[in-house]
Amino acid sequence: MSHFERIRVMFGAAPEKPTVVTPEAKQVHSLKRMTKADFEAIKQHARDHELVTHKWRNRRWAVLILANLLFTFSFWLDIQVLEGALTASRFVGFHLIDLNSALQVMLAHKHIIVNLFIGTATVFVLWAVLGGRSFCSWVCPYHLLAEWFEWLHLKLVSKKLVSDHEFHRGTRSVFWVVFALLAVVSGYTVFETISPTGILSRALIYGPSLALGWVLLLLVFEVVYSRRAWCRYVCPIGLTYGIVGAVSPVRVEYRLDKCFHEGDCRKVCLVPHVLDVVIKGRAAEMTTPIGPDCTRCGLCVDVCPSGALVFDVKGLSKLL
Amino acid sequence: MNDKRETEAASEAAPLSPVGEAAPVVNNRRARAPVRKQANRRKFIRSAVMIGGVLGLAMLGYIPVASARKSRLRPPGALEERDFLSSCIKCGQCVQVCPVAAIKLDDIDQGFGVGVPYIDAREQACDFSCDAVQCILACPTGSLTYTKPPALEIRAGMPLAQAPVLKAKENDPEPTLNLSERIGVARLAHPESCLAVQGKGFSGQARGADFRGHLRYVAVDRWKPVPVRDHPYQRDLCDLCVTECPIRDAIHMKETIAADGSKQYRPEVLEQCVGCGVCEMICPVEPAAIVVDQRQPWSA
Repeated sequence: MSHFERIRVMFGAAPEKPTVVTPEAKQVHSLKRMTKADFEAIKQHARDHELVTHKWRNRRWAVLILANLLFTFSFWLDIQVLEGALTASRFVGFHLIDLNSALQVMLAHKHIIVNLFIGTATVFVLWAVLGGRSFCSWVCPYHLLAEWFEWLHLKLVSKKLVSDHEFHRGTRSVFWVVFALLAVVSGYTVFETISPTGILSRALIYGPSLALGWVLLLLVFEVVYSRRAWCRYVCPIGLTYGIVGAVSPVRVEYRLDKCFHEGDCRKVCLVPHVLDVVIKGRAAEMTTPIGPDCTRCGLCVDVCPSGALVFDVKGLSKLL
Repeated sequence: MNDKRETEAASEAAPLSPVGEAAPVVNNRRARAPVRKQANRRKFIRSAVMIGGVLGLAMLGYIPVASARKSRLRPPGALEERDFLSSCIKCGQCVQVCPVAAIKLDDIDQGFGVGVPYIDAREQACDFSCDAVQCILACPTGSLTYTKPPALEIRAGMPLAQAPVLKAKENDPEPTLNLSERIGVARLAHPESCLAVQGKGFSGQARGADFRGHLRYVAVDRWKPVPVRDHPYQRDLCDLCVTECPIRDAIHMKETIAADGSKQYRPEVLEQCVGCGVCEMICPVEPAAIVVDQRQPWSA
């Protein structure tokens, strides 16, 4: 899958099978066509040597909670390290402005002051380096809540009390365009009104609000009707950071030779379409970077019993 | 759902999958084709409905904005209401720097105004305790601004004739506030209940023992505002709105001689009024006799 193809998938296109497969990858694919007993034996061997952990999930939760608490305590205790909310803040004086909020304000207000530009540029560089959508899974407070409620959803699904209703993934691109157009035409930052990220961040810092009712409604919808619906099909913030992540060196890398195609990674993934490459026969190369829509949450890295998915920094890993 | 995808995937990858497993799945897939078509159509309709639903709910936010007869009193330096709502990034940095916590953030019942700062002057007015209008300094988007960019509207009666002199800074080298436009203007809304108009004095806590508002009293501590309840008054003629006004020459007590020769008093708002709302907060009668009309221009 080319980089361009991965970006197309992020905007909602269905992943396609590769047309060109490298000789090495072809060889691995054919080597995997062995008898079932042999395949199981090797798989068991790999499993015994790689323990499934919650390493990355725990690190990520710690970072997410600490980042949000830093906002809260900067205000409550007046320590002034990170003032403001997720939409815009100052880290020891330096402006940081959320890319999607900045975009909404720029489109609605049509006037950009220097501080707005500086804050936006800083955050752009920051997340271009750190992986774009890693903002979602490592910082966004709604992501964490949704992750917890997803557990409840999966529990109910396994008891056959609810079922997951998928939407077309292209809806998120539609939302992105429509909210941008609405901002330009109406002159109001319409998306900010319903953004659970902004609502939760402000509630954590400035105290509870009625707006939390909307967030709860979203969570209930996700539990009873559609798994992770907001993050998967609606949130334009995710797409904005995804676009930034398209140029990021931090990503998860797939290693064909270590994979047993069991599909556990796709079951835990928020955006399983980025893991299309792990399906048997799909990988065109020995190593494949996972696409820009990946939130770098590390659940697949944690769950993979044979170490086929690992965090990678382009360029840096080869240097080390 | 995921399981279904896995089988589907396995069938599509048939040429490379382990021998013997793929064949029945392929048959199954053919048999399921019309079912899948129907499922896709359902998914498409579901997606369209969801888009409509989310956008509809988001646009509901326009109702409170459009139907608001009176907008909120905004922090000093706020752009005109429409520009203010479009440029505010809803981060609350203005809230964090205010030394008297005068600035609050609106909730979702205000629609598009959710997360946007406002001041409830009766509860806690802006008394410029920060000396420098720090909320403007904190604003990252220019929603609150010292000087408007040329393209933005300046209504007649909104610019202040001179830079307002802050009483607390009168002896400083630079006694003025960096504020070029008013945020509103005070008005004696209920002269009949005004103690001065009735010729009455006032003694005690201006707003009672339970009032939580703070005010800077330079005589007490220039750098630390104290609760109003901790600063009782003793006045023969109530003139709290005049004496507690933080701006020089923004309000005065007008004295007139009635036909019967008795003296009549009435607080009179002057052109230097910036609309901070301290008079509204400190007014001891209920409801306040003097109020701030937000976004009102000055008219003589």
